[in-house]
Amino acid sequence: MATAHSRTAARLMLSPAVILLLLWMIVPLGMTLYFSFLRYNLLMPGMETFVGFENYYYFVNQPAFWSALSNTLILVLGVLCITVIGGILLALLLDQPFWGQGIVRVLVIAPFFVMPTVSALVWKNMFMNPVNGMFAHVAKALGLQPYDFLSHAPLASIILIVAWQWLPFATLILLTALQSLDREQQEAAEMDGAGWMQRFVYLTVPHLTRSITVVILIQTIFLLSVFAEILVTTNGGPGTASTNLTYLVYAQSLLNYDVGGGSAGGIIAVILANIVAIFLMRMIGKNLEA
Amino acid sequence: MARKASNTSKAVVTIAAWSIGFLIFFPILWIIILGFKSEADAIKTPLQVLFSDWTLRSYHDVQERSNYGRHFWNSVILSVGSTVIALAIAIPAAWSMAFVPGRRTKDLLMWMLSTKMMPAVGVLVPMYLLFRDFGLLDSRIGLVGVLTLINLPIVVWMLYTYFKEIPGEILEAARMDGASLKSEILYVLTPMAVPGIASTMLLNIILAWNEAFWTLQLTTSQAAPLTQFIASYSSPEGLFYAKLSAASTMAIAPILILGWFSQKQLVRGLTFGAVK
Amino acid sequence: MGQITLNQVRKSFGEVDVIPGIDLSVEDGEFVVFVGPSGCGKSTLLRLIAGLEDTSGGVIAIDGMDATDLPPAKRRLAMVFQSYALYPHMSVRKNIAFPLKMAGMDPAEQERRVSHAAKILNLGDYLDRRPGQLSGGQRQRVAIGRAIVREPAAFLFDEPLSNLDAALRVSMRQEISELHQTLKTTMIYVTHDQVEAMTMADKIVVLNAGRIEQVGSPMELYRSPANLFVAGFIGSPKMNLIDGAEAAKHGATTIGIRPEHIDIGGEGPWEGVVGLSEHLGSDTFLKVNAGALGTLTVRASGEVMMHHGDSIRMSPQPGKILRFGADGKAMA
Repeated sequence: MATAHSRTAARLMLSPAVILLLLWMIVPLGMTLYFSFLRYNLLMPGMETFVGFENYYYFVNQPAFWSALSNTLILVLGVLCITVIGGILLALLLDQPFWGQGIVRVLVIAPFFVMPTVSALVWKNMFMNPVNGMFAHVAKALGLQPYDFLSHAPLASIILIVAWQWLPFATLILLTALQSLDREQQEAAEMDGAGWMQRFVYLTVPHLTRSITVVILIQTIFLLSVFAEILVTTNGGPGTASTNLTYLVYAQSLLNYDVGGGSAGGIIAVILANIVAIFLMRMIGKNLEA
Repeated sequence: MARKASNTSKAVVTIAAWSIGFLIFFPILWIIILGFKSEADAIKTPLQVLFSDWTLRSYHDVQERSNYGRHFWNSVILSVGSTVIALAIAIPAAWSMAFVPGRRTKDLLMWMLSTKMMPAVGVLVPMYLLFRDFGLLDSRIGLVGVLTLINLPIVVWMLYTYFKEIPGEILEAARMDGASLKSEILYVLTPMAVPGIASTMLLNIILAWNEAFWTLQLTTSQAAPLTQFIASYSSPEGLFYAKLSAASTMAIAPILILGWFSQKQLVRGLTFGAVK
Repeated sequence: MGQITLNQVRKSFGEVDVIPGIDLSVEDGEFVVFVGPSGCGKSTLLRLIAGLEDTSGGVIAIDGMDATDLPPAKRRLAMVFQSYALYPHMSVRKNIAFPLKMAGMDPAEQERRVSHAAKILNLGDYLDRRPGQLSGGQRQRVAIGRAIVREPAAFLFDEPLSNLDAALRVSMRQEISELHQTLKTTMIYVTHDQVEAMTMADKIVVLNAGRIEQVGSPMELYRSPANLFVAGFIGSPKMNLIDGAEAAKHGATTIGIRPEHIDIGGEGPWEGVVGLSEHLGSDTFLKVNAGALGTLTVRASGEVMMHHGDSIRMSPQPGKILRFGADGKAMA
């Protein structure tokens, strides 16, 4: 249905979006790359020198780097486990008929819409605080010592907070997928003599597999850049116990004013994210109809 | 299955579902409750808190002492502003990709989505420096620009999927009926696309309101939206539970309400069509 | 008014030549049906005439004027789409008035024409409803109404009855034919259903893989198909085609005889065993295994009590055997 003059109009209408995104992609990233090869500290401006891969070397060899890398991966995997498994179970539960489905759905979805800083602060102060938090009160009521979550198990606490935020997302996606299950296919299987368990294994699980993969890949992209929750609760501490790669780059660039080193870290973070993105793109590409 | 579940199993599921739902929602519920208590009451044990007096004191104090209104207003400007600009850029782009597709349209769309996947921290340094050098730090304009760019791929994508759902034949009928391109867009396309545009707008406002990286890095006080405002309560001086709760309730309430309406849009927008 | 000529009209999509080159003439007031199997290019041809697709070559003339490069709006043609393509957000009244609004007609005149069309099509009660609230047949009529009000040079119908159930199809078919008698405007109608073609057309254009196989009146195509394709396409059930020794007896590579032109019983030259029998009450269709002749379909009038396994003798009616040469074309 395209004719000659609608094609030129189309190209014109596409250009603002394409140009803006192209600039957004190239310019800042190019600058980061450039800075990563300089020794550039904001406290001593005007003394930048070219140092090749030195920044990368130092960034990767600082002790904080390896712990940040492992924290990043632990954080992502921890949240993924909780949200995917929890999401599947919750979705299965919510797919059953019961009274007040609409309301329970609202209750379960809500945490996703709470801004990260609010979630983090609420959990930190009102639940995990060893003096006044709710967990502390409950512990005292049970005659136990209150546990200082954020000091003694910082990464785990952050995993809990982030998982609480993302569980609704996984549940919603999986519930949507469950509800799009072909009922006729289930009925045909039942007529073929398949019991509940068999139908689950042979029909439901394969159907869900695709959605689970999507949930994992998309969440991973976002979980790699967890920031606000760390900033607001532990500031990466104690020490670097809850620092992830994103926070480390932030700390180096804006707290230590080491622009060169921070840029190198930024590029490393980009490379890590790209590896994940390649998988995600392959997945989505199969589903896009253009 | 069309058969009715037995009442016992339904009751069991109901209890299980409500319990879990309540547990998950509890933190939010607690925030709301604490906002209506006095500071002294807010730090007592849970039971004591529940039975203490309700008061609007904390809401009042938050407004008085911290110019909450300005931050709320900033959040509104940033989310609505970036959404409007993103729509202005994205509607023509999505129109052309949906109705005049070329050989590389699919690749173009995938590329746009991929820009969303770049980790923000990878461009933190240049953005910070650029903002500093151009006087954009702590400015609403600068932040509107950034928010527009990071959400643009999703806006384009969502509009594209909604436009594709409009049957091409209806637009052809309009052409046969004598409509010029302008009339076609004005009288036929836009009315049919309005629900899709509204849904996209809703989702984008939510995403921009809750954005907690650039809003934290690039603002301090003047242009600080609610994300930054709440974050500033994280220092020891800010530890006042009731006020924190009141401020938080006000910060999240609009989005909780909007979010309830946009579940379907969420699935469509954030899974990039991989789940239907 | 309403005379359309196609001169060597070609259409290619990339490397593929969907329509290699068509010459056709549609006279003013004719009801022309484009018919053919799926993918033969009939819809594409219609869309080329409408202006919804650009030609890759050739000339389209409407009433003597070269319309090849004119956009659809300027060709004074109206189209009824297979899916009706009604504007879902407008009432029936606004749907029908839309083309008039686009033409800048004054509202009083618009209202007059809309009421007139509504009366012809029995839509008076539905004018303020939305398409979503109407049944398939009603939507069909709204689509036709929208086309009528423009008083076009010609109507173009793109398989308009495909989405209707069988009973509705029959009644709508008749309504469209009656409309043609009333309005006397040229109508070009695309369908894959040869029954629609036979019952509605003044002139049928049989298309196959982008080429015209034959143009003629329904009866011409029935009595004198130009080649094997047309012979097998027109007529239901399909014509029996026999080759081999029996065909050679008549001096042809293939002979064709329609099921309704085979008499049963008596001392007919052909014999066979009944395989399947279909009893409709008004007719009986028998599928007969006739040895060297292959499987023949025979139509008998009324109720004929023959069943699976019965022996049967058949005689082709004289003068009804059609002969085809090795190239598939009809022999004189």
